[in-house]
Amino acid sequence: MFKEVMKKLWDDKFARISLIVLGLIYFALFFADFIAPYTKDFSDRTMAYVPPSKIFIIDENNHLSRPYTYNYVRGFDEENLRITYSLDRSQKHYIKFLAKGQPYKFLGIIPMKRHLITTDRGGRLFLLGTDINGRDVFSRILFGGRISMTIGFLALFVLFPIGLLYGGISGYFGGITDTVMMRFAEAVMSIPSFYLLIILASILPSGMTSVQRFMLIVVILALIGWAGFARVVRGMVLSVKTREFVQAAKSIGASRLRIIVKHILPQTTSFVIVAMTLSVPSYILSESGLSFLGLGIQQPDASWGNMLKEAQEFTNIIYRPWLLTPGFLIFIAVLAFNVIGDTIRDVLDPKSRTN
Amino acid sequence: MQIIKYILKRILQAIPLLIIVSLISFFIIRLSPVDPLAELRLNPSVSQETLQKETERLGLDKPIIVQYAKWAKSFLKGDLGITSNGERVSTKLKERIPNTLLLTTIVILLTWLVGVPLGIAAALHWKSPLDRLLTVLTSIGMAIPSFFFAVLLLIFAVKTGWFPIGGLTSSDFLEKSLLGQILDIAHHLILPVTVLFTLSLAGLQRQMRANLLDVLDSDYVKFARAKGLSEFDVVYKHALRNAINPMITLLGFEFAGLLSGAALTEYVFQYPGLGRLILEAVMRSDINLVMASLMMGAIMLILGNLIADILLIITDPRIRRSDV
Repeated sequence: MFKEVMKKLWDDKFARISLIVLGLIYFALFFADFIAPYTKDFSDRTMAYVPPSKIFIIDENNHLSRPYTYNYVRGFDEENLRITYSLDRSQKHYIKFLAKGQPYKFLGIIPMKRHLITTDRGGRLFLLGTDINGRDVFSRILFGGRISMTIGFLALFVLFPIGLLYGGISGYFGGITDTVMMRFAEAVMSIPSFYLLIILASILPSGMTSVQRFMLIVVILALIGWAGFARVVRGMVLSVKTREFVQAAKSIGASRLRIIVKHILPQTTSFVIVAMTLSVPSYILSESGLSFLGLGIQQPDASWGNMLKEAQEFTNIIYRPWLLTPGFLIFIAVLAFNVIGDTIRDVLDPKSRTN
Repeated sequence: MQIIKYILKRILQAIPLLIIVSLISFFIIRLSPVDPLAELRLNPSVSQETLQKETERLGLDKPIIVQYAKWAKSFLKGDLGITSNGERVSTKLKERIPNTLLLTTIVILLTWLVGVPLGIAAALHWKSPLDRLLTVLTSIGMAIPSFFFAVLLLIFAVKTGWFPIGGLTSSDFLEKSLLGQILDIAHHLILPVTVLFTLSLAGLQRQMRANLLDVLDSDYVKFARAKGLSEFDVVYKHALRNAINPMITLLGFEFAGLLSGAALTEYVFQYPGLGRLILEAVMRSDINLVMASLMMGAIMLILGNLIADILLIITDPRIRRSDV
């Protein structure tokens, strides 16, 4: 079945483009340490809000040259009281590929020094400018993407077992168990989800390490979505539980938990796959919204949402539009996931024509 | 008469739901290690007497079950306590809830006015270029993060100067005539409404299209066609009525989604609504305000679903016969 789905996805023009785009994004995120010109912790306080580096391939004598860039120097515009940056044309800095730069540990284990793209010592290469602390936006997008693009999947892996089991038990046992469990799920659904999200995020204690915080945000995201999913599973279990194979399992004396987990829940597989692919983007959006408000992933860690936090000051953005790049990346990633999700649904569930 | 009975039954069902909601919210908030009166204590304009009254009212020196009982009792009496600035929570809510309702109502009306016809058009011209174009546009609409779109529109407003940046009213609002005031509010609403409209239009249009496609495929539509009814009669007299009904159920969900989506939009546009209120309350760890806004959000959501259900029994006679 998996092969067939992949083939259908590849045959659809939009789905194919989406698969390629997502493939490229995840590839870049996997090799982030190598692709990024700077490491995660790099910051140059004298270089706050530097615009993207200009790369030249034609030199001042109109000759073709190896690509090079100039550093920016800070100046002060007395009239408008603004800090300005201009190119320091006195020294060329050539762009080097696969050259040695800042040391890092590839995937956290293998020590390496070579970067895909970097410049000579003393030169600064900011492909997408820098932020308020003089950190390279391009590098941070790569490191932040690792968080933004995985947190949704992780939340799903926490949420789906809970939802499946909860819905399974509620639907199979029925009666008073069902009523109590479903009332509770409905109550969770009655709280506007974003309200619940920000409240849960705000009660997290402040002294946590970034890994702890990341894991707790995953759990919180999962806590928001399980109820709706459990309800749908329950509905499906209700229709499956009267089927003959369930009766058969019962008559040979299988335990109730075994019947639920081994016989009933596998019947919901195709629904689960569709629901999962369709809900990844909404978790990416939730995380970015949460981090945008400052309640999600915290500095100095990057995520696409918290990088956009600086966009809250619109004066900031008017002069420094490069800070908006993470927003476009969220948009592209979510769009690609949506297209793939729609296509998978069409393949697995030909009757539904929502797309 | 039957309808009234049904409505009463639904209202009674909402009560246990609200109790569970309040229990969940109460325990989540009390789980937090924050001192609920910390801000109040630091505020020099709050007298010692008020502090004492709050401690007693919340029963902070007693076990958590007693605290909950105390809270529930005063909530039923309509006493929601005071915010960390010393204002009454109920006044604050009264000021903000109408604004959020105004915003969401306008958005729902607009999405229905635009989304339903677009859904019909897409279904009637299934797999045509128009249908494909609409699918692409709705995909794009679904993928833009609301806060990012809001920021982009804000930049647009600043650059062009065509729209006010944030708020709901201008500074000279009170000096304007009634018409001027209405126009002023409308002017401020354009950008937030645009964001939320784009967000919720996509889902509605797709659902309408899917429903109508399903109905057009059914036997009675084939029969209506076979007996020679005009295409217009088939679509607008037979198919549409049945395709609309599931949409009404969706109305409740849409309202829920809007309440959540509105929070970020309100925050970016500095719109004085419930979403921004709860955000500010959370950031200041203003417990009374958080608790009250959570309850209000839940009540609004449950009411929204109730209204959708009532509309449904009015439009769909089958439910009246079977369910009541």
